[in-house]
Amino acid sequence: MHLLYPLIVSAGLFSVGLYGLLARRNLVLVLMSVELLLAAVSLNLVAFDIWLSDVLASGQVLTLMVIAIAAAEVGLGLAIVLQLFRQRATSSIDDLDTLTEPVSEHDPR
Amino acid sequence: MTGSEIIFALVGVITLGAALLCVTSRNVVRAALWLVVALGGLAGLYLVLSAELVAVVQILIYVGAVVVLLLFGLMVTRAPIGSQPDLNTANRPIAIVVAVAAFGLLVTVQVEAFRFAYVDLDIPGRGSPETIGGALFGSWVLPFEVLSVLLLAALIGAIAVTRRDVGAKGHR
Repeated sequence: MHLLYPLIVSAGLFSVGLYGLLARRNLVLVLMSVELLLAAVSLNLVAFDIWLSDVLASGQVLTLMVIAIAAAEVGLGLAIVLQLFRQRATSSIDDLDTLTEPVSEHDPR
Repeated sequence: MTGSEIIFALVGVITLGAALLCVTSRNVVRAALWLVVALGGLAGLYLVLSAELVAVVQILIYVGAVVVLLLFGLMVTRAPIGSQPDLNTANRPIAIVVAVAAFGLLVTVQVEAFRFAYVDLDIPGRGSPETIGGALFGSWVLPFEVLSVLLLAALIGAIAVTRRDVGAKGHR
């Protein structure tokens, strides 16, 4: 099999995840886009591992570790989202702008 | 095109389509369910690439745990179940430009670099549980143990962040 098939699918998944990361408003949907980005990287790792016939199976072992870290990341991310929702009653990233500078002095923020 | 290339292309199209629907759907629950299809398709791609153990773990952890956790997150933050018109920020045009540019750049570079690279899928047992388990508990045993500590830390961290009665007094 040509190596370009997994690489192009992986590039597509990465771009789709990047779009979702930048365009989505809901925090949980942003976390889903991060999962797509990680999935793209995992596909690349497995493809290169199979291509190079690595003796240590580095790509596949690292993919397993990426999956475990993604699970941990989603757990912690959702805990933070939940706490934010309790304090601000919103999960929209446009409303969580305490760290931005006000645009002008007359800005109500 | 060989048979495995055709299967890979078909499953890849399904995966990419589901991922695209996941990031464009106006319904948050449907977005999570499209993510299930995308990650399941990715497991199929791993199977075609002869990485069997990774495919099974992908289904178990992602579809079994991560998506269920995301659905819980959607329910706990009281996301509206119906379709919503305002799920995208004002950054959407910039996001489309960035995503298309990233795709173009990645594909151009990879086509230039790997135009004559062919994967041999006929070597048996390269992604079998025996091979990967041997590597994981042989050469990779130290990272594996560190990873278990990381998972424990994430578990405790998630509990500590979410509990209301933990933290400095007066800041509850």
